[in-house]
Amino acid sequence: MKKSLIVTATLAALLAACSSTPTAPVQEKAPAQAAAPKSDIAPKPVAVAKTDPFKDADALNKIPLLQKRSIYFDFDSFAIPLDYVSVIEAHSMYLKANANAKVLIQGNTDERGSREYNLALGQKRADAVKNNLKLLGVKEDQVEAVSLGEEKPKATGNDEAAWAENRRADLVYGN
Amino acid sequence: MKPIHRLMTLVTLLLGCLLAPFAQAQLNVEIYGAGADRIPITITHFTGENLLQGGDLTAIVRKDLELTGLFRSIDQGGLQGVENMAPDYAAWRGIGADALLVGSVAQGTGGLVDVRFRLHDVPRAGELLSLKVSVNPNQTRALAHHIANKIYEKLIGQPGIFSTRIAYVEKTGRRYQLKIADFDGENPVPALLSDEPIMSPTWSPDGSKIAYVSFEKKKPIVYVATLATGRRITLANYKGSNSAPAWSPDGSRLALTLTKDGLSQIYVVNADGSGLRRLMSSNGIDTEPQWSPDGGTIYFTSDRGGSPQIYKVGAQGGNAQRVSFSGAYNVTPRISADGKTLVYVSRSNSGFQVTMMDLASQQTQILTESVRDESPSFAPDGRTILYATEVGGRGVLSVVSTDGRTRYRLNNRAGDVREPTWGPFEK
Repeated sequence: MKKSLIVTATLAALLAACSSTPTAPVQEKAPAQAAAPKSDIAPKPVAVAKTDPFKDADALNKIPLLQKRSIYFDFDSFAIPLDYVSVIEAHSMYLKANANAKVLIQGNTDERGSREYNLALGQKRADAVKNNLKLLGVKEDQVEAVSLGEEKPKATGNDEAAWAENRRADLVYGN
Repeated sequence: MKPIHRLMTLVTLLLGCLLAPFAQAQLNVEIYGAGADRIPITITHFTGENLLQGGDLTAIVRKDLELTGLFRSIDQGGLQGVENMAPDYAAWRGIGADALLVGSVAQGTGGLVDVRFRLHDVPRAGELLSLKVSVNPNQTRALAHHIANKIYEKLIGQPGIFSTRIAYVEKTGRRYQLKIADFDGENPVPALLSDEPIMSPTWSPDGSKIAYVSFEKKKPIVYVATLATGRRITLANYKGSNSAPAWSPDGSRLALTLTKDGLSQIYVVNADGSGLRRLMSSNGIDTEPQWSPDGGTIYFTSDRGGSPQIYKVGAQGGNAQRVSFSGAYNVTPRISADGKTLVYVSRSNSGFQVTMMDLASQQTQILTESVRDESPSFAPDGRTILYATEVGGRGVLSVVSTDGRTRYRLNNRAGDVREPTWGPFEK
């Protein structure tokens, strides 16, 4: 519970940075949290443009964080859990390093509840990932967010493990 | 003794499997509370009913009436019903029947059969109804529903729903079919077939069209299909997703959900796809619009307050008002034909359940004991609600009465069924 509060706060702060909606209470915390992972992942500061591993044609298959293409969510939530901030950071670096790369983000939900509401919730999950990428400098035309709702479940079981697997946004790279 | 018994069971099971597609539906109607106020009725076998094909006429009439929870079927025992003779009322009183149906089937002209039937009031020893219809002999099911309607109208004083139809989506393997069936789930006919999901089917108010969402082009797009011709139009194919169609009561417009401007928001469009306008703007998900029967209000689901709840707004837009307050998950609003009752799916500790709210008093009542209910849909008379739920990992369709006293599951021979929607009264 505590964790998800923090996550929500972080996301709200991330969003607040680019939206006009005032979300005052979390502003102090946001810059530190949002900026921190960047230096963790970036191979080395500045002056490495030529050897930027994110520019490597095979970066998607080489860099472990880029091999992670799924973000998992809590029930009825579109807040990105902290565990996935570094994954999104890595993908933002890849997309920025490869201006021609495009990514499709597919939002999914578990099968419980209203199909129509789930379609909208899946969209919010995909949009949350898209907005984070944009905040990190990725261009609008490189990212498309769509929802599959509960219609394309990856896990077909009927238990919490399957439902958790399906509360997911996938990053799918094309061309 | 024991081995023989086992063998018999096995044979019965095998026969059951072989005969299943042709057998009469096995339907369990659960009735709660005292049954004393149910009308005891005897539907006798019609003389000459062997001229009919495609079903057991009297069995279907009995079942139709029993499904309402308002009738109790009394077997005719050794008594004979003769259509054109005054019944021995005392004898029928003796078996406890208050109402009695007798009938006959005779060869008519042009390949049709003439069906005559009379409804009697046993305690008062009088005839209530006497009718004749000429039908194709293979229209037994439609005939039975027609007779049940006449009995229901006479004894209950309201139109019967037995000739109405339902639509639903059936998933078999990776195939999706939109099917249309009789109100009791029998006689299903496929109307659409797709390798991609179909969802949110909904009948036009005159029953001639169905609007639905299909993923066949890899994203949700809203179509309207005309049932008689199979012709369809694309109602909404905007950037992003297009979903949740809902007809206005006069059939001239539809409300629907689009993400073309960002978040899922509600728009209104003419029935031919023209004249799109946004109904309102919110900072959350707005979806599942549903028109009130007078056309003045649109109910919808929104998470603008932090959790999904039911709201309402004027059909011209404006300020929305919250309608559901208890619980953190209330979705899929549906309004009864008289505009007085709201049903929706509510999540509680026990699961997702069909819940009813009296709009005047705001009193709520959970109607089911299942845990995975979805897609409630009112019968056109507002007495019962069709909904999807799950049994043994498979989607099934169930019906519950608004008084919570009658509940039954529709026959489901194959696949996984969901997204039921009850059509209007037949014209």
